[in-house]
Amino acid sequence: MRHFSREVDVLIVGGGPAGLGAAIAVKENGIDNLLVLERANFLGGILGQCIHNGFGLHRFGEELTGPEYAQRDIDRVKELGIEIQTETMVLSVGEDLVVSAVSSKNGMQLIKAKAIILAMGCRERPRGALGTPGTRCAGIYSAGTAQQFVNLEGYMPGKRVVILGSGDIGLIMARRMTLQGAKVLACVELMPYSSGLNRNIVQCLQDYDIPLYLSHTVIDIKGKDRLTGVTIAKVDDNRQPIPGSEKDLECDTLLLSVGLIPENELSQGAGVDLSPLTSGPVVDDSFQTSIPGIFTCGNVLHVHDLVDYVSEESFKAGRSAAQYIKGLLPPADTVQVLDGEGVRGTVPQRIRLGQEESIALMFRPSGVFRNAVCTVTSGGRQIARKRAQIFTPGEMVTINLKKEEVAALSDSVTVSIERSK
Amino acid sequence: MYTDILIIGAGVIGCAVARELSAYEASITVLDRACDVSEGASKANTGLVHAGFDAEPGSMKAKTNVRGAAMFQDLCEELGVPYVQNGALVVGFEEEDRFVLEGLLKRGEENKVEGLKILSGKEALKLEPNLNPNISYALSIPSAGITSPYELTFALADHAAVNGVSFQFNQEVKNLNLDEDGLWRVTTNQGEFTAKILINCAGEQSAVLHNMISAEPLHIIHRRGQYYLLDRIQPVPFERTVFQCPTKMGKGVVVSRTVHNNMIIGPTAEDIEDGQDTSTTAEGLKTVVEKSCLTWPGLALRSTISNFSGIRAHEKGGDFIIGEVNGAKGAYEAVGIESPGLSAAPAIGEMLRGLIVKKEGLQKKASFVPPIKRPKPFNEMTVEEQAKAVEENPLHGHIVCRCEVVTEEEIRQAIRRPVGATTLDGVKRRVRAGMGRCQGGFCSPKVIDILSEELNLPKTEITKSGGQSYLLTGNITDALKGEE
Repeated sequence: MRHFSREVDVLIVGGGPAGLGAAIAVKENGIDNLLVLERANFLGGILGQCIHNGFGLHRFGEELTGPEYAQRDIDRVKELGIEIQTETMVLSVGEDLVVSAVSSKNGMQLIKAKAIILAMGCRERPRGALGTPGTRCAGIYSAGTAQQFVNLEGYMPGKRVVILGSGDIGLIMARRMTLQGAKVLACVELMPYSSGLNRNIVQCLQDYDIPLYLSHTVIDIKGKDRLTGVTIAKVDDNRQPIPGSEKDLECDTLLLSVGLIPENELSQGAGVDLSPLTSGPVVDDSFQTSIPGIFTCGNVLHVHDLVDYVSEESFKAGRSAAQYIKGLLPPADTVQVLDGEGVRGTVPQRIRLGQEESIALMFRPSGVFRNAVCTVTSGGRQIARKRAQIFTPGEMVTINLKKEEVAALSDSVTVSIERSK
Repeated sequence: MYTDILIIGAGVIGCAVARELSAYEASITVLDRACDVSEGASKANTGLVHAGFDAEPGSMKAKTNVRGAAMFQDLCEELGVPYVQNGALVVGFEEEDRFVLEGLLKRGEENKVEGLKILSGKEALKLEPNLNPNISYALSIPSAGITSPYELTFALADHAAVNGVSFQFNQEVKNLNLDEDGLWRVTTNQGEFTAKILINCAGEQSAVLHNMISAEPLHIIHRRGQYYLLDRIQPVPFERTVFQCPTKMGKGVVVSRTVHNNMIIGPTAEDIEDGQDTSTTAEGLKTVVEKSCLTWPGLALRSTISNFSGIRAHEKGGDFIIGEVNGAKGAYEAVGIESPGLSAAPAIGEMLRGLIVKKEGLQKKASFVPPIKRPKPFNEMTVEEQAKAVEENPLHGHIVCRCEVVTEEEIRQAIRRPVGATTLDGVKRRVRAGMGRCQGGFCSPKVIDILSEELNLPKTEITKSGGQSYLLTGNITDALKGEE
């Protein structure tokens, strides 16, 4: 028999916005024996380095900085007396809901949980994953790493900057580096549209006269020791560089903002089914994964645009875990949620039958659709519909199923985007 | 500065020779122009321990490869360096490839490589089901192996260092002269060294140095090889290293697992002018992928974590040149050490040591310090071992690199080794912090902190890989002052 350091009802892996939100909901739904494990020496996750404002508009109706947003959840967690261990790294999550974690303070712990909420967040796609050729010099960072240097450590990673990719962190860092005295030469985006929020394009690039090159990419990286320049080129419809369109930019820094990847090594180790589309676990509408008792929420499930939605999702996942502990979440038959035309990676992937609650379906459009309609159909019937001037991969779409539609479900559900006629 | 023996080049060959000679009564200094051990070809190759079937029978390559490969198991065991005898296959896709494979088999038998066997495509697929089903024949080489080339080089250097060898980095040799009093005078960018015995193990630069002291010039062709490295999260598709049968279309690429269970694919072979141009190219990387897909149709580039290139020092004559430098008293060399140089390294070290000890009449030291055994990486420990490690040293409880699970204590130890890490890349190659899928995105700020603390240097002085490869350009307030 294995010796457990302790047993808990709910164990939450990660103390970022998703983990904190889930913890609050677990406790508020009547479960007291819960534990949050966080690998950093502070709570709030990546919000701590997001010192710009714009957080909390949806949830609090006001504009907060990242640390301010996080502090509200941290305060609530403390108020509720929820136990937290920081500087504690979870090394494995077992199918049997046994978690191993290590820290300097508590050594190695084996913790048996009745339910686990995975809230590990995501990481940035590095240069190596792009296959960009060139030298392996210093001065190439993912945007989030640069953000950590500037905002947490107080150091500048460089002076003349090119940004590859137009993800939100890259856009935010274009402004941040500029304000801190660096020259940002360009933001280069492979796709014909930005993957960041429109408000960030305006406030972080346009307001500072930083050009955004759409349908362009970096095709060469130069510099023996430190980066000395990059070559950018226009790309064709197949994203291949167009000969003759090359342009050299002299810079000492290349920041990458080319996508976020849910960090699911622990989920994979546990044997949780993952979706190739979201790179996150497959869940039902209670945010339960393929392993009973393992729940998940936040960017480890699918990458969100706004932390407000991460919190919203984490409250639901936390509440589900509490219900599961109380025996109020029995196994149920489910129907599948399918991606139709123009839709990629809808979460949740399954809906439980025989319940009466509204459900939010979230997904990213697979391209840019102007003046279009998002529809949800089931059994040949349209059960929800949302019109928008533009649907774009940079902005996640949420479409709600009314509770009477959920109650009436008997067949799989398909989400699609149609251009208006 | 005077030293009895001066070795130029701190790659796997220079370090192997230094370690062999460190058992003898002599002061030994190793110079390298880079900031660390193993910064040239030794860090950027496939990491294969070739069995020796490929080299021309009777050549220096064949001789040192076969002998070196036979030494690997014990050497890696002694030094605590990963080594796996995983076997290899050379695969062909055409009926006529059988003749080529039979030629290789014959050559291998002449080189006294044991266990070689021709397999049918069906037999090969039984051994390695993820191979391209169109395989016609394969040559099986059970004695082939894999190692970690830079970890081997670090271990050789550490062992030499604990036996008194001095390592001097950032020393670029500008001139070599033999004094009237019979001493070698070596001028570098930093100063001057004198030595009784000179050993040229300068890899890509070895012919340049040779030509400074010899009337019989040598010529090195810089042959670049590009690679992709894949994330070890994906299951290893082949246990064995898989070569492609050489055809009239050229030499194929290798698909191999590494000792850390990453997959490595490559290399290309491009002759280039600049022996230090280790950049990769779109064309080269495309070739690697196209050729690798032939062996491994299931290859998915989704999981690449890095691409890089290494430069092989190919001497025009095609063979290794090992021994005394003709007409240069007290000078020895290992020139043109390309593949299978890693496999041959232990034998080259042994051979040069034997020659030098005899010629120069060196005496064995009364005591030879055994190698410091490399501690088991935290990541490879059982849960019980991990628990014990953290109990003994709480810094093992702080995981700095989350992808590869590397602890703060391991990073500090990498810096404190006899020939310790001084750079971000040095830490990465010694203990794998930053070697994983996020490529140091999360851990590099922390590793910079630790380097700065251990080396007592400001963070702005910490580099990625020496020279001007600074990671930070100043603190944020200085950056603003610059604007005024």
